[in-house]
Formats: sequence, structure tokens, C-alpha cells
Amino acid sequence: MTGIVALYIFMLAAFTGYEIIAKVPVILHTPLMSGSNFVHGIVLVGAMVALGGAVTPLEKAIGFIGVLLAAGNAVGGYVVTERMLEMFKSSGAKKTPAAHKGGH
Amino acid sequence: MEGAMQTPGIFSARLLIDISYFVTACLFILGLKRMSSPVTARSGIVWAGAGMVVATLVSFLYPGMSNYELIIAAIVLGSLAAWWSGKKVAMTDMPQMIALYNGMGGGAAAAIAAVELYRAAFANAAGAEAAHSTVVMSLAVVGGIIGAVSFSGSLIAWAKLQGVLNKTVRFAGQKFVNGLLLLGSLGVGVIVVMHHGADPLHVTLIFVLALLLGIAMTLPIGGADMPVVISLYNALTGLAVAFEGFVLDNAAMIIAGTVVGSAGTLLTQLMAKAMNRSLGNVLFSDFGSGGGATATGPQGSMKPIEASDVGVMMAFASKVIVVPGYGMAVAQAQHKVWEMCQLLIDRGVTVKFAIHPVAGRMPGHMNVLLAEAGVPYDLIADLDEINAEFETADVALIIGANDVVNPVARTDKSSPIYGMPILNADKAKNVIVIKRGQGAGFSGIENALFFLDNTRMLYGDGQKAAAELVNAIKAVG
Repeated sequence: MTGIVALYIFMLAAFTGYEIIAKVPVILHTPLMSGSNFVHGIVLVGAMVALGGAVTPLEKAIGFIGVLLAAGNAVGGYVVTERMLEMFKSSGAKKTPAAHKGGH
Repeated sequence: MEGAMQTPGIFSARLLIDISYFVTACLFILGLKRMSSPVTARSGIVWAGAGMVVATLVSFLYPGMSNYELIIAAIVLGSLAAWWSGKKVAMTDMPQMIALYNGMGGGAAAAIAAVELYRAAFANAAGAEAAHSTVVMSLAVVGGIIGAVSFSGSLIAWAKLQGVLNKTVRFAGQKFVNGLLLLGSLGVGVIVVMHHGADPLHVTLIFVLALLLGIAMTLPIGGADMPVVISLYNALTGLAVAFEGFVLDNAAMIIAGTVVGSAGTLLTQLMAKAMNRSLGNVLFSDFGSGGGATATGPQGSMKPIEASDVGVMMAFASKVIVVPGYGMAVAQAQHKVWEMCQLLIDRGVTVKFAIHPVAGRMPGHMNVLLAEAGVPYDLIADLDEINAEFETADVALIIGANDVVNPVARTDKSSPIYGMPILNADKAKNVIVIKRGQGAGFSGIENALFFLDNTRMLYGDGQKAAAELVNAIKAVG
């Protein structure tokens, strides 16, 4: 992709992110921050490519750490967001305290 | 474009990757959109999760990859550790967990930059041609610096909220040192870019300085402001990911990173606004540190009360407003408090929960904690809805909250929290404060509410006090 196309993508994505958040109720700030934290876990695919192309031991070591950290970001981000949003599922209706954990 | 030059097999793999990344980007954006409304929030994370799985699986098909066993081992190890810790963490500790996972993402972005920059540096030292353009090298450097700052800064934020690190380190000229670290790492970065990677030592120096900057930036920030800082680092990690996406020519990373970068920036501003603080104020001032208790103490004395008296008072009230704070969550008292409220509701008492925007440790954190205890949403009111109602309330029950009900925010211009919107609990006919001891709040400011004539203090651990209240109300019969 050429530089100018990348710049367009950057601009449009920036507006998209802004628009998504613009009208969010306060109660969802924490889950949403957690959710966006999960989304930048996409760094995993970049770390995979970096490690996949690593040749020297140094590159391999750094790449390994990168994939390790990125996987932690993605999976950890998902688990905590899902746990938080789990509680919003039954809002409004009468319910018992959530005794089940991530049952799916 | 370049695919046309290659064999048909590789071309189709590349096409499949591109299409999958496109689908992933769509799923991320739709998922985040769904997460911004309580009705669809839960499905939002599932959509985004599906996008992540697709992107990860398809990335194994990247042409020319090796080290598959290392990649799989790292993914499995990282995923298992994060899965286990994410499932285990208590809801009250969620903010620091988010900080930790966010720091990992920043670290991963920095690692990508490091691999690229070290490769360029060693190639340059060996006299090879430059593989990357100046623009790509610059983006790698900037993304690497941001990622490294986010990594070390988030770890400090985690350590502070977790209580591993209690000290707030501050010394004269701290801003000067921070500025020097930033300029230093950028300056070395320029050298690396100009000299096509320069040498490995320079590359190392960039990251060392950036890591130090993250630490130095976060250490002086007090616990009360930490959520805003975590949100800021979240946005920074997104930006770092986007920059490294440019370096790797990876559209999924560019889009997802940029969306998080801008969404996170806005979220940070919203949080700062909810705390009546500007971002610059959070980053560069001394508030929220727990120090500086020089203000004159409030007049009067704190008057204790017994749980049985409170039980009677509430049982015969017509309206009770509960003001929960982080202290309630720490004591794990929310279930007992809800049990108490149910008893009151059965007696015909009107019960409401008043939530300050920064109750808990982040905006919305308290809503999550109350939802966990099973409190229905229609009983939970936010600041704007409830503040007029305190005047008609017979009892305001403050449990674990402190600064958010401190009337000096309305009256005392010299107070650090002056101007912060507060819950007007002092306007209720009776104010009951459940508190463990006589200490000051999270911000270290004495609470004038505790000294008012209509305020009574119920000392004790939140959960025990709530249990006593349950028994007291039952005893009324």
C-alpha cells in the first residue's frame, strides 16, 4: 500500500474511533476501555510476522517476547472485558448474583 | 500488486490474508460500536473476539514465515497466563489488570520495532543497503518509543494500584528530567533513522531511554488519577500498534490501532472531565498523591452511632439513598448492602443508589460492581439524577465513599478538590457514614461531611457493618 493510501486509512480510522465513543454512557467507560484494550491486541499478528521472519538469536528472543506479550494482551483483554460485560446481560430483569463464570 | 509477481499459491495466501484482515477490521469496529450501548455490549466483545481469532489463524499463512514452533509456544504460554489471571482477578482489581494487559500490548509493539531496528542496525554495521525508507524507519522508531513508554508506564500503574508500589516518588526538576528523557530518546531515534539503523548500541539506547521515561512519567502520579493515566496509555498503545502496522504494511494493525488510539484519547478526556480535571493537570500536577495535608481541619467532632440505631432509623425512613464507594467494594460488602436494601424495600422504604462518576476506580466501575451483586439498574442513579433528591431523603448511607461526598468541593476554594462535582449527601436529614477508621480519603483530604451535626459515624469493616445493619433491620420486625 502506498504512503498516501495508508494516510487515508489512518485518517478515516481516527474519525471512526472518535465517532464510536462520542455518545457513550458513563457506566460503559470501564468496559469500553477494556474492550479497546483488547482490540489493540491485534498487535499479535504483527508480532507473529516479526518472529516468523526472525533469523538471528536476538531477533528470535525479542520476537518471542513480543508474541508472548501480545497474546497476553489479546487473551487477557478479552477475558476481563467479557467478564465485565457478562453482568450487563441481565440488567433490567430480576436476577440472582452471577454465580456462573464465562459459561460458553 | 506485489503478489502478481509471485507464484499463484502464495498469491492466494496473501489474498486470503488481506480479505481476512478486512473482515477483522470490520468486526472490530462493529464490536466496539456494540460495546458502546448497554443492550448490545456483550455481543460486541464476542464479535471483536471472532475478528481476533480470524486474524491470528490466517497470519500463520504469511508467506516466508519460519519459527512456527516458537510462535505457537509463545502464543500458548501468553494466552494461558493471561486467561488464568483474567479469570481469577477480582472485579475490584479490574483497573490494574487492564493496565497490565495494556502494558503487554505496548511492549509487543515495542518488540516489533526492536526486531526491525536491530535488523537494520546490524545490516548497516555490516555495510548492507538500507532495506527500509526513512519514513518507515521513523514510524518504527516513534511507534517503538510510544510502545516502550506505554509498557513501563502501565507496569508502574499496575504496581501502584495493586499496592506493590506504595511510594509516590517525586523530586525537584522531575519535569525537566522527563523532558530530557523524551528528547534524548527522540534524538537517538533521529540518529538511527538518518544512518539507516546506525548501530545496535544506538537502537538499545532508544528503548532504554523510552522505558525510563515511562517509569519517570508515572511514578509521581497519585492513585486517584491512575485510571485516567491507564486510559491514556491505552490510547498510546493503540497508536504504537498503528505505527508498527505501517512498518509491517499490515492494514489490520493500522486500522485497529488507530481506532483505539482515537477512541482511547476521547475516553481519556471523558474520564478526566468526569473527575473535573484536565489531562495536563493529571500528568503535570501533584494532586492525587496522598500528600500535602496542610489545609486546616474541619470544625466540630465526629459522632459515633451504633448499628442497631441505624437499623431503626432506616427501617422507619421513607427514603434511603446509599452512596457506595470503592471502600465498599474492597470490603466485598456489596452483596450484604444489597441484602439490607432488599429488607428495606420489603418494608416499603424507597431505596436508591447514588453513583458518582468516579465511584470505584474508574467511571462505570461501581456500576459493574453493583451489577455483580445483583442490584437492578432502575435503582441506580447517577449524579445529575440524584442530587436534587438528597433533600427529600431521610437517610444518606455512605459506605466506603469519601472524597465524592466532601462538601468542601463546593465551598472551600483552597481545597485541591474544589470544583469537583460531588454527591450532595450532606443535604439529607440524616447522614450515616460507615467507615473503618478515622483516616482521610484516597486523596488525603479531610472530609467536612463527617463533622456535620446531622452526620453519625458507624465505625467498622464495611461487610461486618452491613451484616450488623441487616440484623438490626430484621430485629425491628
